[in-house]
Amino acid sequence: MQMIQCPWCGPREEVEFHYGGQAHVPYPSEPAALSDEEWAHYLFFRDNTRGLYAERWSHSSGCRKWFNAVRDTVTYRFHATYRPDEPRPVTA
Amino acid sequence: MTTVDAFSTDPDDAVPHTPAAAAEGRLHGTPPRTPGADLPEHPDFLWKDPEPKKAYDVVIVGGGGHGLATAHYLVKNHGITNVAVLEKGWLAGGNMARNTTLIRSNYLWDESAAIYEHSLKLWEGLEEDLGYPILFSQRGVLNLAHTLQDVRDSVRRVEANVLNGVDAEWLEPDEVRKVCPIVNTSSDIRYPVLGATYQPRAGIAKHDYVGWGFARRIDEAGVDIIQGCEVTGFLRDGNRVTGVRTTRGDIACGKVALAAAGSTSVLTDMLGLRVPIQSHPLQALVSELLEPVHPTIVMSNAVHVYVSQAHKGELVMGAGVDAYNGYGQRGAFHVIERQMAAAVELFPVFARAHLLRTWGGIVDTTPDASPIVGRTPYDNVFLNCGWGTGGFKATPGVGWVFADTIANDEPHPYAAPFSLDRFVTGRLVDEHGAAAVAH
Ligand SMILES: Cc1cc2nc3c(=O)[nH]c(=O)nc-3n(C[C@H](O)[C@H](O)[C@H](O)COP(=O)(O)OP(=O)(O)OC[C@H]3O[C@@H](n4cnc5c(N)ncnc54)[C@H](O)[C@@H]3O)c2cc1C
Ligand SMILES: [Zn+2]
Repeated sequence: MQMIQCPWCGPREEVEFHYGGQAHVPYPSEPAALSDEEWAHYLFFRDNTRGLYAERWSHSSGCRKWFNAVRDTVTYRFHATYRPDEPRPVTA
Repeated sequence: MTTVDAFSTDPDDAVPHTPAAAAEGRLHGTPPRTPGADLPEHPDFLWKDPEPKKAYDVVIVGGGGHGLATAHYLVKNHGITNVAVLEKGWLAGGNMARNTTLIRSNYLWDESAAIYEHSLKLWEGLEEDLGYPILFSQRGVLNLAHTLQDVRDSVRRVEANVLNGVDAEWLEPDEVRKVCPIVNTSSDIRYPVLGATYQPRAGIAKHDYVGWGFARRIDEAGVDIIQGCEVTGFLRDGNRVTGVRTTRGDIACGKVALAAAGSTSVLTDMLGLRVPIQSHPLQALVSELLEPVHPTIVMSNAVHVYVSQAHKGELVMGAGVDAYNGYGQRGAFHVIERQMAAAVELFPVFARAHLLRTWGGIVDTTPDASPIVGRTPYDNVFLNCGWGTGGFKATPGVGWVFADTIANDEPHPYAAPFSLDRFVTGRLVDEHGAAAVAH
């Protein structure tokens, strides 16, 4: 089992966390102006990167806060975790 | 080089099933009937290993069951034989070699019932069509209900199935026990069995043999099966793809058909085409060989595990996907642990069985738990993906409708509801209840 670094609580076991999909997908700034196609992309389409992927996790059995992570989708290794208001860190 | 050793990752192949192995006592116990003694020997070479030609009418990307079946029906139903199936690894070594082989058609919506039932009917004649054993065993499937809402949803699905000509019945707990005596139907467990839907025509098949059977047939018909050939890019001219870039050189093509399951996004990203697909690890596992104890397939969406007993005697078990996106063909151990806990509660008799092996595949899930089959914004690129955790059962059916779609440049009626644009029109085919993530 992986240890995941919660930005607030520190390292905790993977089973305490809930996965939330791609990070940095902002709610449309002008919702009324969106076409059906743009809505569809906002609702249903997410990147599906092979490699380093910025995604959301929630520490659901701990502090219950959401945070972001950069994780490699091939090795599953976490390269960084950071608070939602922080920009995606540069990782290698 | 294609050798039968290329298939040694077959989850069923850890213990040799030859009479010699039995004589040496390498099999479990002294069975009254050697498990698997009725299995055919592994085949010799079944297909050639050609160099890619410069050009083909149709290039199929992905040599899993879907790609191979598509080639078969391109030949058989449409007379199109100048076809290449390009496979980056070895033939049918992706999800095709890793799945738990459950075949059923008891889906809720008309659109799904149509395509899965079409597939099940083809399974029923596939051994003859391919002239090759696939060990299709129609032993039935029980989908357990554990809550009142489960019961209501299940009865609704049975009625929907019957209206669509799919065999389905609702069974009370005592009838469940008659079909599968080892299911724990006592009322004092955490998730008691309140009944089950039953599809008697559901079953399992030997997945490798299915892949090899298709491969042998299409090879005979002149289709080139090219292994160790990864598509790494596309040659484009406006709205057309004129060829594929591969690790074995460029190959020109009239049409391109993508059948790359969990890796579809990697290909569509190269085309600048966005698809609503998320790839996840999905794990399965087998026990040691046991005497026949488990006569049917049992699945439970609520406690999440499903089990069948393979021809040779292993209990084959699966559960849901790992939550996170992944391309690693393995998953996390706690997922297996939960699935084992559910299995032991439902089948107390399993408590002493040893887990022999676990493995994972990469499956491609969609927002409505239904596949995407059909055309793309490119004139000559066709898409087949999003079968997620349940596409093995669709193998002949989707091969048929995908071939028809490619040959006629318009969606086969059974494929039409599964077009990419349903995510824009909103005509989703929400099969979470019947598909996600039971198989
Ligand atoms: C553990 C597990 C259990 C499952 N259980 C069931 C079940 O019980 N019943 C059921 O119906 N379904 C089940 N499934 C799902 C089923 O296996 C898949 O839906 C189905 O196999 C997908 O179609 P396919 O066979 O063509 O995919 P695959 O066999 O994965 O074929 C895709 C092929 O494309 C190749 N490829 C990818 N990218 C490229 C490229 N760039 N160039 C060339 N080749 C490429 C891959 O190497 C692969 O061989 C299960 C899956 C898993 C992982
Ligand atoms: Zn926390």
